[in-house]
Amino acid sequence: MAFYVVQFLTGLASAASLFLVASGLSIIFGVTRIVNFAHGAFYMIGAYIAFTLTERFSGAFGFWGGVVAAALAVALIGVLVEMVLLRRIYHAPELFQLLGTFGLTLIVEDLVVLIWGPDDLVGRRAPGFKGAVDFFGQNIPSYDLFLIVLGPVVLGILWLLFQRTRWGVLVRAATQDRDMVAALGVNQKWLFTSVFAVGVFLAALGGALQIPRDAVHHAMDLRIIVEVFVVVVIGGLGSIVGAFVAAVLVSELNAFGILIFPKISIILVFLVMAVVLIVRPWGLFGKPEAAARKTPGLSVNPWRPLTSNERLGSLAALVIAAMLPLFAGNYALTVGSEIAIFVIFAISLHFLMSVGGLASFGHAAYFGLGAYGVAFLAKMAGLPMIVCLLLGPLLGCMGAAVFGFFAVQLSGVYFAMLTLAFAQIVWSIAFQWVSVTGGDNGILGVWPASWAASPSHFYWLALGVAALVTIALRIAVFSPFGYALRATRDSVLRSEAVGINAKRIQWTAFVIAGTTAGIGGALFAYLKGSVFPDNLGISLSVDALVMVLLGGVETVSGGVVGAIVYKALNIWLVSQTDLSKLVLGGFIVLIVVVFPKGIVGMLEILAQRRRKSSPPGSSLLAKPIESAE
Amino acid sequence: MSVAPPLLAVEGLTKSYGGIHAVRGVSFSLRSGEILALIGPNGAGKSTCFDMLNGQNQPDTGRVCLLGEETTGKKPRDIWRMGVGRTFQITATFATMTVRENVQVALISHGKQLYNLWGSAPNVDCAEAGRLLELVGMGGYADRPCGELAYGDLKRLELAIALANQPKLLLMDEPTAGMAPRERVELMRLTAQIAKEKSIGVLFTEHDMDVVFEHADRIIVLNRGTLIAEGSPAEVRGNPQVQAIYLGEGLLYEGGHHEGASA
Repeated sequence: MAFYVVQFLTGLASAASLFLVASGLSIIFGVTRIVNFAHGAFYMIGAYIAFTLTERFSGAFGFWGGVVAAALAVALIGVLVEMVLLRRIYHAPELFQLLGTFGLTLIVEDLVVLIWGPDDLVGRRAPGFKGAVDFFGQNIPSYDLFLIVLGPVVLGILWLLFQRTRWGVLVRAATQDRDMVAALGVNQKWLFTSVFAVGVFLAALGGALQIPRDAVHHAMDLRIIVEVFVVVVIGGLGSIVGAFVAAVLVSELNAFGILIFPKISIILVFLVMAVVLIVRPWGLFGKPEAAARKTPGLSVNPWRPLTSNERLGSLAALVIAAMLPLFAGNYALTVGSEIAIFVIFAISLHFLMSVGGLASFGHAAYFGLGAYGVAFLAKMAGLPMIVCLLLGPLLGCMGAAVFGFFAVQLSGVYFAMLTLAFAQIVWSIAFQWVSVTGGDNGILGVWPASWAASPSHFYWLALGVAALVTIALRIAVFSPFGYALRATRDSVLRSEAVGINAKRIQWTAFVIAGTTAGIGGALFAYLKGSVFPDNLGISLSVDALVMVLLGGVETVSGGVVGAIVYKALNIWLVSQTDLSKLVLGGFIVLIVVVFPKGIVGMLEILAQRRRKSSPPGSSLLAKPIESAE
Repeated sequence: MSVAPPLLAVEGLTKSYGGIHAVRGVSFSLRSGEILALIGPNGAGKSTCFDMLNGQNQPDTGRVCLLGEETTGKKPRDIWRMGVGRTFQITATFATMTVRENVQVALISHGKQLYNLWGSAPNVDCAEAGRLLELVGMGGYADRPCGELAYGDLKRLELAIALANQPKLLLMDEPTAGMAPRERVELMRLTAQIAKEKSIGVLFTEHDMDVVFEHADRIIVLNRGTLIAEGSPAEVRGNPQVQAIYLGEGLLYEGGHHEGASA
């Protein structure tokens, strides 16, 4: 019995940090409508700076002062980030904000390693809370008890802040209707900045307070952000109380889940989240999001099928690509195969995002599932390559069917967060279920059959499949289903009013996209000869997002161009520098701020400008961003 | 029972939110080809009533029948499949698609081609979409992106979309809200003409009394959730209760309306 009580208290103690970070995210979202992906990064910097300060200054004052000073310092960094980056993208579609802050996270991950090194850092114990309390023969660290008290105290302080101060009233008003608050003469800029600072302060404090419990390391940002997303999805974005209740719930599920499913405890959290989302799609304490005011400056060129000249042009490009083996070496052919595979991956996400308006932040899950599907079939069942290639993607299809069913119940940022959480769950299963997936060691020796073994043959195979998939998805875009999918993207209300079951249409699109990604993953497994958990990790999901946005999300086939340019650049970059995340992150931030329409979008605009030649280009580039103050 | 059921029969519709009775025991019916206006001051329960007819909201008690078949408890998309077209107070269209594509989506849905992945959508029902657009006077705009349209044209487009499933009943929530006075008259004239030709029943809510009195065959008046009057425009206009609570004291509509006078 005592054991369970201790387990319960440990869960409560873990909830404190989680609550701090989640409440910060929630407050920022409530006012600025930005889902701050970099929140985990701020949490991590908070921990690192607190580590340095508490090592430097001794004594109780050194420790507690260091923790608070670290949080304040990170809040200051947050202010800088808000003023330099976020102010430029408040009026951009929410996807770009999520992506921009993700770029920031990548930059921070490399910077942290540059400054503090790649090793885990074990911090000091908290002065005054070094011992443990005996509880019927079980030990409870006294620091845990401190954290258990701290959570409700912070909740109370935040409540007072929001109910009793003028600033709090403004924040609550802005959470309901920020445009109205601005119209009433409140300086929105500083309100946003201050809110962001408070949110970041909470995240950094959460990180700083973790150092006596956990080692500080450079991957802690992604781990916490996924948990925080789960917390705010369960609790409801924008609700502090919801964040608290959900943080406790998730922490307890983790604490007891380990006893029930020691290997895959995260499953339990996922199940609870799924149930909450079905019963209350906006979380336990959240409110349905009011219809957003129309994004200004959103203009979309009507889509049309390719003209016969353009078809000939595409065919010519394909023929030229097919002649690569005539003059390129093996390395170039392998790179070419990889690019072709990423074209498949990118256009599968592009289909979901551009046509369906569903921005999946965890699309790699289905790519990776396709790869694992092939590995299982080839290694365990020993099936021939062609059969594996045909059946392997079905694992991606099944994953997409299950997760997609839940994901399409939501939209916008909730959809993005949920897909990310699902991908993270799949990743942890692949990582933890060692007996089946081989864990971190992956599954090795997935070699292609002799007919496809030579680099040129494999290249032709990848290129051919990529071409087929591209054509098939283009046909789908201009099929009746494609029209229906676009209809659900533009207006669910109108779609339902003309007899369209919007969720089922979106679910179908999700399954199509997942299966297509699975095809890419299946080829990838044979290209690499092995499968690893990274094949379904977050960074791969983000690669896909960047490829789509780089190509242009408002275009029909931007994914193809985006994949080719990005992948080629990426492969070249990794061979040139160790700081690829830093460069990549900077690149993403640059796209978000400067080229929101992507490469193909830019080309279309230029072509249009030449055709019309008269109208000035004021509405062309980055209108939503220019209109931000 | 040899009498054919009316096109739309509403019986004892009631809805409350907390302690507030938004709609109390509203009953009325509508024949094919008839144009019925639902009017009432702000907060009278018009929108609540309307939402219960189109499936957006469910009544606490009471029922709605379309040609004898109950629609209460059905989803908007299922009610549409039973032959009910609708337009919204604030237009809802597919903003990134062209005008023609907007209508084609409705036609594709009507033809149950929604899950067809191989057909060529630009050619599906293209002629039919063009015909519907001609009908509402939007033929020249077919290839324009819908997001570029003026508000009055969007309202026309909504009408074309609503007609795509050859509806028996049209539900129009404030069809002329936000339009210029001349556009209002034109749109309602068009609607009335189509309704008579195709024998479609039309139920609409409206604030503009010129529009109501000119085009409605019959008017029902809601106040504080209850039906307080029903009858021809002349009868309703003459009803002192309606004048008092709805039109306000001292505002009398005697014969004829003043076209454009309010502009």
